[in-house]
Amino acid sequence: MANRQAQEITKLQELTYELTIGQVMTADVITVAPGDTMAQFREILRAHRISGTPVMEDGELVGIVSIEDLIEALAAGELDATVGETMSRQVQTLCVDEPLVHAVDLFARFKFGRLPVVDREEHLVGIITHGDIVRGLLRRLEVDYRAEEIHRYRASHIFEDIVADEAALVIGYRIIGKDFGRAGEASSSLKTTLRRLGFGPGIVRRIAIATYEAEMNVVIYADGGELVAEVRPDRICVVLLDKGPGIPDVEMAMQPGYSTAPDWVRDMGFGAGMGLANIKSCTDKMKLESAVGVGTRLEFIIYVDEES
Amino acid sequence: MRALPFTLVRRHMKLQEVLSIIDGKVISDAADMDVEVQMGCGSDLMSDVLAFTHEGTLLMTGLTNPQVVRTAELAGIVAIVFVRGKLPPPETLALAEEKEIPLLASRYTMFETCGRLFQAGLTGCGLFEITLRQWRTTFEETIKD
Repeated sequence: MANRQAQEITKLQELTYELTIGQVMTADVITVAPGDTMAQFREILRAHRISGTPVMEDGELVGIVSIEDLIEALAAGELDATVGETMSRQVQTLCVDEPLVHAVDLFARFKFGRLPVVDREEHLVGIITHGDIVRGLLRRLEVDYRAEEIHRYRASHIFEDIVADEAALVIGYRIIGKDFGRAGEASSSLKTTLRRLGFGPGIVRRIAIATYEAEMNVVIYADGGELVAEVRPDRICVVLLDKGPGIPDVEMAMQPGYSTAPDWVRDMGFGAGMGLANIKSCTDKMKLESAVGVGTRLEFIIYVDEES
Repeated sequence: MRALPFTLVRRHMKLQEVLSIIDGKVISDAADMDVEVQMGCGSDLMSDVLAFTHEGTLLMTGLTNPQVVRTAELAGIVAIVFVRGKLPPPETLALAEEKEIPLLASRYTMFETCGRLFQAGLTGCGLFEITLRQWRTTFEETIKD
C-alpha cells in the first residue's frame, strides 16, 4: 500500500520538476488595493469564488489578504477596516520560471493557501493555489496518457486504412550474436509493436515466447542473424535467419531435452534443450531448416482467432 | 486420492502479502505492491518458465542475470522473487525498472520460499496438456472421467 503510493508520488514528483510554476498558475489575477474595505474585499471573494488576493499599490505587490483575515475582521466587527490594515505585509512569492516543486515545498512547509507569482523583475504575473497544482498535474498526466493511446490507436487502425485485397506489414530486427546482455531485445520490441497493433494478449504472449526462444538460439549458437515478422490481420509469420554453424540433425534437435549448449549458457538458465519444443507448442506451424556450415532458417506461424 | 493434511484455500494474493509471507524485501524502486499474483512458479530453467507459466505468475528463482527479467517480460510474469538471499546485479535491476517488473528478495531457499507461499494458498501453474499426455503414456496411467 505504502509502496503503491510511493510509486505514484514518484511519477508526480517527476512532473513537479518538469513543469514550471508558469505552466500551472492562474495568469488572470484578481487584486485589491490597500484602501479597499474588508466589506469590499468580501464582495470580491464572493463574486469570483476565490479565497484570497494579492494587494497591489501603484503596480507594486505590497501584501496579501485572505479569507482567514476576513473571518477575523468579521469576528472583531471590523468590516470597515481597510485591507491595508488587515493584510499580511510579508509576502512569500514564487518566480514564474521556477520548477513547480518549489511551490509544492512551500505549501507543504507553511500554511499558505495561495502564493503570488512574479517575473524576474518582481512584477506580479499570476497566482498559484493547491487547486492550480492539482489541475496542472492532471492535465499533464492526461497528455502523457493520450500520447501512448494515440500510438496504439494509430497502429491498430493501420490495416483498416490500407485499401487492398491483402495487406501485410513486414517488421525486421537485427539480432546481435554472443551479446547476452541485449539478447531478447528484438522479441521485446516485436511484443510492444504487436500490442500496439491491437493483437490480443494471448497471441502476443505466444509470439513473444516463441520469438524469444528462437532469438536466444541465434545469440547462443550463431554470430547474430535477423528476425523478420510478417504481420497480417489473421496470422503472424516469423522467420529467423542466421549464418551460424547449422544443426547436424534437425530431428534430434527437436527432441525435448536434447541440447548441445555449453555450460555458460546453462548457467544463464537456458540450453536445457526445451527451446525448440517450446516454440513448437506455442505456434501453429513450425519449420526448421538447417545446413551445416551454411546456417539455419526457422519459420513459425500463429493464426489469429477473432476471440483472442 | 489421499486427503491433504490441511485445507488449502486457493487464492490470489497481492505482492504486499507475498512479501510478508516470505518475510522478504523489495529491491526494485517504485514497485507497485498492490499488483495481484494468481499463481507461482519456482525454477532456475528459463525455458521451463517460458513453457509452463501463464499471465499473472509470480516467479521464484535463484538466477539473477538480466535474462530472468527478459523472460518475465515476455512470459507475462508479474514479479520476480530471488531466493536464498541472492541479490541481482545492477543490469538486472535496471532492466526490471525499465520493464516495470517488481523484484523481491527472500532469505529462504527455493523450497521454503515456494512452500510458504503454497501453504498460504498460492497455487502452482499446472502442467500443459502435452507434458501431461507424455506422463500418462510413460506410466500407462488410465485417464478417468
